[in-house]
This record gives sequence, C-alpha cells and structure tokens, in this order.
Amino acid sequence: MVLKAITANRLRDGAVVWLGPQGDWVERVEQAAVFDDATAQPALADAATSEAANIVVGVYAFEVEVVDGRPVPLRQRERIRAQGPSIRTDVGKQADALDRAA
Amino acid sequence: MTYLAPKRHAGVYRYDDYDRQFLNERVAEYRGQVARRLNGDLTEDEFKPLRLMNGLYLQLHAYMLRIAIPYGALATHQLRGLARIGRRWDKGYGHFTTRQNLQFNWIRLEDTPEIMAELAAIDMHAIQTSGNCIRNVTTDQFAGAAPDEVVDPRVYAEILRQWSTIHPEFTYLPRKFKIAITGSANDRAAIRVHDVGLLAKRNAEGEIGFAVYAGGGLGRTPYLGAKISDWVGEQDLIAYLEAILRVYNQFGRRDNMYKARIKILVHQGGKQTFIDNVEAEFARIRGPKYRLDPAIVETIERNFAPPPFEELLAHSATFDRARREDAAFAVWARNNVRDHRAPGYASVTISLKPIGGVTGDITSDQMDLVADLADRHSFGEVRVTHEQNLVLAHVRQDDLYDLWKALDAAGLGTPNAGLITDLITCPGLDYCSLANARSIPIGQEIQKRFADQQRQQEIGDLKIKMSGCINACGHHHLGAIGILGVDKKGEEFYQITLGGNAELDGAIGDIVGAALPPDEAVDAVESIVDLYLERRQPGERFLDTLARIGMGPFKEKLYGAA
Repeated sequence: MVLKAITANRLRDGAVVWLGPQGDWVERVEQAAVFDDATAQPALADAATSEAANIVVGVYAFEVEVVDGRPVPLRQRERIRAQGPSIRTDVGKQADALDRAA
Repeated sequence: MTYLAPKRHAGVYRYDDYDRQFLNERVAEYRGQVARRLNGDLTEDEFKPLRLMNGLYLQLHAYMLRIAIPYGALATHQLRGLARIGRRWDKGYGHFTTRQNLQFNWIRLEDTPEIMAELAAIDMHAIQTSGNCIRNVTTDQFAGAAPDEVVDPRVYAEILRQWSTIHPEFTYLPRKFKIAITGSANDRAAIRVHDVGLLAKRNAEGEIGFAVYAGGGLGRTPYLGAKISDWVGEQDLIAYLEAILRVYNQFGRRDNMYKARIKILVHQGGKQTFIDNVEAEFARIRGPKYRLDPAIVETIERNFAPPPFEELLAHSATFDRARREDAAFAVWARNNVRDHRAPGYASVTISLKPIGGVTGDITSDQMDLVADLADRHSFGEVRVTHEQNLVLAHVRQDDLYDLWKALDAAGLGTPNAGLITDLITCPGLDYCSLANARSIPIGQEIQKRFADQQRQQEIGDLKIKMSGCINACGHHHLGAIGILGVDKKGEEFYQITLGGNAELDGAIGDIVGAALPPDEAVDAVESIVDLYLERRQPGERFLDTLARIGMGPFKEKLYGAA
C-alpha cells in the first residue's frame, strides 16, 4: 500500500508545511497526517481549500513510509524539504530542531 | 530612506532622477500587489506572474529573491546594502549565480516590499530576473582592466541595460532572453552560449563594431551561437538587436516551451532564413530612431573611464618580496592575481570556492569586508563573475599582500582561481524546486579529492561544471568535465560529459556513458583526471589531450572495454 502525506508552502513566508491530523498545517513532517490510497484524494481536496483561503500555496501529496510511527519521505526532494539543505545543517528545519534540543 | 551614491571612480551604472522615480513607483506598485495577495484580493495564479516580474520565486524551503547585478558590477555601498538585506531579512548569507546575480534563499513574502525599497535606495532591483524578457546582460569580469581588451564592454552592456529595461515590446517574449558581451578575443563571458552574444571589436580605422552570435544556449537542447553578422557598427547596435528580438518575438515558438528559445528558431528553423529575416527588419527600422547617438555613448563612457591610476613601475618590489617570503601568499598570487593594463596594478579574483564550502555563497560579514577592501584597494567597486567568484579589478601590486591577509583571515583567500576546485555548481536539489539531484555536495567531494595544492597546480586548467537538472544553470555542457544530476526512481545519479568549452572556439561536451551513483561519479572524475595526467604531453591542457586521444580511453577507463 502506498502511503502519502500532503505538503505545501505557507503563503506569508514560504515555509514548508504539512497537513496535520486535525486538518491544520504543521511545521514538522513528523507531525504530518498519513493517508492511504483511499483517503489521500479526499484529503488533498480538503487541503486545496486552504489554498483557496490564501493560507498555503502549491498543495501536493508525496510518498512516505512510516518509521517508529512517524512519516518519513521516500524521495530525496521531500527529505530535503523536511530537513533543509543537506550541505548546511545550520539552516532550515533541521536547525530549528537543534534549537529546540539546546 | 537615505539615498547613497556610488563612489566617484567606481565603474558602475549611474541612475538619474527618472530612474529613481521609476523604481520608487515600482516598489509602491509591488507593495500594493503583495498586500492584495495577502488579503486574498489576488489569487496565486494572478499574483505569481507579478512576483516573478520582480524576481521572487518560490523554491524548496521558502521564497527566493534573485537580485539583478547589471553586468556583475557593484558599487561598495550596494554590496553593503546586500549584506544588510541578508542579515535582516535572510539568514546572513547570499549566493552569487552564473548570471552574475545574487540570490537570497530564505525570504518571506511579507518582507519583500521592504526589501525592494531597500534595494531601490541603493539603485538596485530584481526586475527582469525572471520571466520571458531580456535578462541581466553579462560581461567580462576583467573589463577595463584586462591587457587584452580591445573595447570596454561595460559601456555597451550599460547601453543594453538601458535599452532592455522594461522594454514594452520585449516583456512577453516566447521565452527568456540572455545577452552577453565581451570586448576581448579571449572570451571570458561565454558569449556563444547566450541567446545573443556580442564580441566588441575595432576595424582598421579604429571604429567600434560588433560580431553578433545568435542562438546559443544550454538546457535540454544545447547549441553554440551561430555568427549572424561579423560587423554591426556601433551606431547600429540597438537597431540590429531590436531586429533580432522582433524576428524572435514574431517567429519564436510559443506552443512548446521546450522549443521556445531563440536557439530553436536559429538552428532548427534555418540559420540563413533567420539572418534574412533579421536583415530585412534591420533594413526597415534602421534610421534616426534607433541610431545610437555618439553623445550618449560618450556620456556612458565617462561612467567607465579609467580610475585615477597612480604612475607606478610595472613591477612592485614589495609584491615580489612578499611572494618570496610567504609561500602561501605566493600560491594565491600565482592563481588569483592577473596582469592589469596599468603598470603597477593587478586584478584579483576572490574565490568563493573554499574546499568543501558552498560554491558562490558569501556571508553578510564577508560582503561587508569585501566592500571595505574594495574601498581601500579598488576604487570602490566589486565585480561578480559568471564563475561565481568576485573580482577586485584595480589593485596596486604594492597592496596585494595586505589585501590577501585580510581576505585569508575571513575565509576568502582560497588560492584556486582557474584550478580544478574552482568549479561551478548550481544550487541543485538543496535549494531549487526544479532540480532532480544535488550538485553542491558532489562539488564538495570533488574539491576534497583534489584539495592538495600541488596536485591542483599539476592538473592546471581543467574546468568542472555541474548542474542539478537539464536546465543547466551550472553550465555542465561547458565543463571540460561536466556533470549533470538526474533522478532515477527517486535516487540521485550523475551523468558525465567531457570536452565542453565556453570560449569563442567552444564546444558542447559529449556524454561518456551511463549515469553513475554519487560516490562512483566522484571516483569517475578522479579516474578521468588521472588518465589525463598519465596520457598528456608537455604543455597540453585537459581539452588538448582529450582532442588528441579521443573519448575512447576515458570511456574504457570508466566503463571497461566495450
């Protein structure tokens, strides 16, 4: 079964966000909701209403696997969006995680 | 906002009141557009072309703002302004591109009106850094300083900047349009891979004219530009370019974006047909309206007049002594310092390619330092190169040692200009939404393999250029060794080409074989270089050896005998 999460960029600042389990937009991929084949399409349609409401832009679904109960992107592109540039760990969401850990 | 003027002798464009009024009006217009987008009056479909016309892209992590640096020339107050923007509204660093522009990668849409206002206060903007219009005109980073220069290309680059900026007829071309100009037969501006390339030269009477190349470009269908005229006189430059753009605007394909660049019209539509159409339009419009007035040329020439060089001996004893006494400085001087046309001066390349660093990246603090050093040592101007480095064009040889010490202390003293570790990479999948694969990490690994200075010197002139997708922002087609990142079922692979060359007698590289995974790609580059060192004859560059022995031995080395 193919599992998916839904992502977009926030309109005001361009930040990468994911659709959360409560239909809100969350800032960490680990907090993203996971959909199967049957639920992904309706969720995508719901997410598109956030685009119409000018909260996010560029909504799309991408493939994930679930590791330790959390979604992990399968493709490199989405892994980099979820973490930040691989060549600079001091910027992007990976840096936010470091800040929180400090 | 307080307006700041360039230093008196900086060789840069100069805005007048009309330019400033236009920019301020444009900022106000853009501010309104952003407000309407944020309150929902504009949809994304309506807003996207407006933000792109102001250089604002949406990339992988955030908005990216591409700021135009006309022909790569910056006055020091402008570089400080960019540093300020990076510090206040980005993450304290920027990225210089192969089009001599600067990109900020972490911009918030809601901040962009203030950023545009800050740019306008230093006579800068991000207009025409996106969209199907005439983009930033690029040129030789050693203009006005190189001993081999015949004509200062900045004068004509500036004329083209004025002509092409918000040109109403060429705002919606079939596709984007890039112009490069050089004033030396040793082309350092890669003019043959631009939509139009101009070689400024003089005839026997000393008059200035231009050889015109059209239809160059990289991307998925790479072509070298074809020479369509060997001589267009100075006064006809604008009329001739207007004719080219009109023919392209009329006949360029709008039905297929992959076939919409002028290169397709020139090379697949028939070169002679294209020339005939251009000549017919040129004959039709040639006349007073488009004639380049010598008085205008003279006015602009004054902005690029040689700065007040001191009368110095051709060779500096201070410089010679420092090289003898400090081996590290001597290596830097050998690679990063070039001869200057004025006795006792030199041009300096500031490498933005530290080993294992990020190609073309510079911090705000480094920008401030370079601006201070340019004020102290190079008449208040800095140039950006299409190879993603910076240049201080006019430095007294006596000052080189002090300059190097200041640069080196700030991580800007890498002595690799023109060597194998001075490679070009696009931002790739680490930042770019179009990319299929990362390019910066591969570049870093290659740099680490060849970090040994003696080995770099032994290898000599060998350009590696790398792109993370077929759009070829990293000019991989032009690398002596080119690397193209591709996506194979979600994994990164790298296709290697050999024999690319951006000079006037240039060539598009040929593919060696099947794409390789990242580790093997770096190994493959090392194998190629080792084979070159093994097989080269005295005095041969990599390209010479490749031309002599052909692709076969390299292919066999990488993939085994067929």
